[in-house]
Amino acid sequence: MESFTLTQQLLQFMVTGLTIGSIYAMVAIGFNIIYNVTEVLNLAQGEFVMLGGLIMVSLHVALGLPLVAAFAATVATVTVVGMLLDRLAIRPVRQPTVMSLIIATVAASMIFKGLAMLIWGKNPYDLPAFSGREPILLGGLVIQSQYLWVIGFMVLVTVLLALFFNRTILGKAMRACSDNGAAARLVGINTQQMVLLAFAVSAAIGAVAGITLTPIALMDYDRGAMLAIKGFAAAILGGLGSFPGAILGGIILGLIESYGAGLLLSGYKDAYALIVLLLVLFLRPSGILGGMAAARSKRV
Amino acid sequence: MNRFGRYLAMLLLVCVVVLVWGLGTAPADYKVGAIFSVTGPASFLGDPEKKTAEMVVAQVNAAGGIDGKKIQLIVYDDEGDATKANLYARRLLTQDRVTAVIGPSQSGLTMAIIPLFEQFKTPLISCAASHKIVYNEKTGKPYHWVFKTPQSDSMAVEAIYAQMGKMGIQRIAIMSVTSGYGASGREELLRIAPEYGIEIVADEKYDPRDTDMTAQLTKIRALAPQAIVNWSIGPTQVIVLRNWRELGMEKIAFFQSHGFGSRQNIQLAAGAAEGVYLPLGAGNIAEILPDDHPQKEVTMTYLAEYTAKFNEPVSAFGGYSWDAMHLVIDALRAVGDDKAKIRDHIENRKNFVGQQGVYNFSADDHNGLTKDAFLMVVVKDGDWTLVE
Repeated sequence: MESFTLTQQLLQFMVTGLTIGSIYAMVAIGFNIIYNVTEVLNLAQGEFVMLGGLIMVSLHVALGLPLVAAFAATVATVTVVGMLLDRLAIRPVRQPTVMSLIIATVAASMIFKGLAMLIWGKNPYDLPAFSGREPILLGGLVIQSQYLWVIGFMVLVTVLLALFFNRTILGKAMRACSDNGAAARLVGINTQQMVLLAFAVSAAIGAVAGITLTPIALMDYDRGAMLAIKGFAAAILGGLGSFPGAILGGIILGLIESYGAGLLLSGYKDAYALIVLLLVLFLRPSGILGGMAAARSKRV
Repeated sequence: MNRFGRYLAMLLLVCVVVLVWGLGTAPADYKVGAIFSVTGPASFLGDPEKKTAEMVVAQVNAAGGIDGKKIQLIVYDDEGDATKANLYARRLLTQDRVTAVIGPSQSGLTMAIIPLFEQFKTPLISCAASHKIVYNEKTGKPYHWVFKTPQSDSMAVEAIYAQMGKMGIQRIAIMSVTSGYGASGREELLRIAPEYGIEIVADEKYDPRDTDMTAQLTKIRALAPQAIVNWSIGPTQVIVLRNWRELGMEKIAFFQSHGFGSRQNIQLAAGAAEGVYLPLGAGNIAEILPDDHPQKEVTMTYLAEYTAKFNEPVSAFGGYSWDAMHLVIDALRAVGDDKAKIRDHIENRKNFVGQQGVYNFSADDHNGLTKDAFLMVVVKDGDWTLVE
């Protein structure tokens, strides 16, 4: 058996941390998009990831659709689910306080989970890796090709979102809503449509996270809540509402978990992440990058 | 009284009439309770357990019940939550007033409800593995009212260590999930290792819903042990196998706990399970048992019935429930529904041929099995193969 240097180990932990961190980052971005427009934390965000994975399994493995077609169809389906969530659970709430809307999303997450259990049953499902299971060897470093897909899609999502928010009228209108809803309405922006759009985009990103994660970690109906918690922690860590913060928060969380499990006692992996989260909240309650986002905007 | 009130009163009256009529005419069934983790992260345990228990009860009832009396099975889903298990145990004991209870599916949940059964003097036959379920550390004897059907983790550990001895393995790493199942297995792995001259060089853990164990395995790879023993249930035991193979660690032999004992896991591992060793009860491997094996007949029958009815492979977990349910039925047949007599009957039962072993209970042993209830198998061409 060849020996492995500490550097190789550290790099291996980094690869794992970046991958899992990318998933957390995608969930965190989903949280932020909806939070910015509505101030609501969509606690069903993790269920979008779960649905993305399971619908992909059905379309790609069971129905045999080619990868790209199944991918597109899955993202489209989950996007519709996200829009239905807004239309059926969020908009009809009679006295829409932030708290009642958050509770509505909790109820929605339970319904999604229950439906998924009825449709797919309780067993975990597997998805073939996008480009085979043969790992890439780099020195002593082992990289699953699927890891690169996860990280790649996270980067792609970020770039597309940046273009959307900065270069398109629709994106700018959404930013206007998040900066000041009342003023946005005054200049003629349909805020309800923007909320619908926020749910659609969040759901789509969740679906992408689920589809890319499933070949690594399998997917079952019960996975959503844990991913939502991790994504939420990442969003808080980076600063709620800040997109660079979400990515940073997700990656940091993933790296802490990976290094914590690898170098220290692996049993306390989740505790390390929470300790860092608490420390950040004590020292800098707005999150790592939260200050800028708060200064840039928000209601008086 | 307004109209609505009148309707309500009439409705209540109808309810009362139906209830009284029902009580008067229904034959006094034997009431047996069951608590399983039918949903939640341990649903792969509770789901086949519930299906099996219901199947067994339906068969007995269809065949005329026990001396003309039917069995009424009341199943609750604890969702893997100790608080809910406790709540349902209380409901079974105080409201449903059952004669005996089978389950829960998990060791931690069983431990949480044992005091209730001791208090209400009702037999509990757990479907969870930990030896602590049938060993009260304060008295050094089993809990009076509590039995269990799965083999103890210590038996699985001994079977694994004995196999390692044959293969000349001495330096090992262990991995376990941070649940009751993993913690109990880990404890036994650490405790029994010296008896077999085995050195544990790494002791890694992970969460039941973790998505990746590459970090733990990377650490283990650097320590270069001869074998890895992994103790977990659920998706993690598949993910860990994949990571093991992806990291190119095939030279380090891989042992799984008996929790891996479902062919679905081999399928999910997508080839990564080849060459993996694990201890299994006879119920998992009915087809490959030699014809003269004492459990060949019961295991083949269960296999045929379960797969025909539910169109899914059998698992060890369903077997635990089969054994527990049949032990209760065996006792009801022999002594009726007197709780104390049922308990005594089970405690004195010898040569009870079940799915997971041939049980010989006694006052000191409320599990009734030895390490011979495990056979070592290795995964070959996507199926179990007996290790000679």
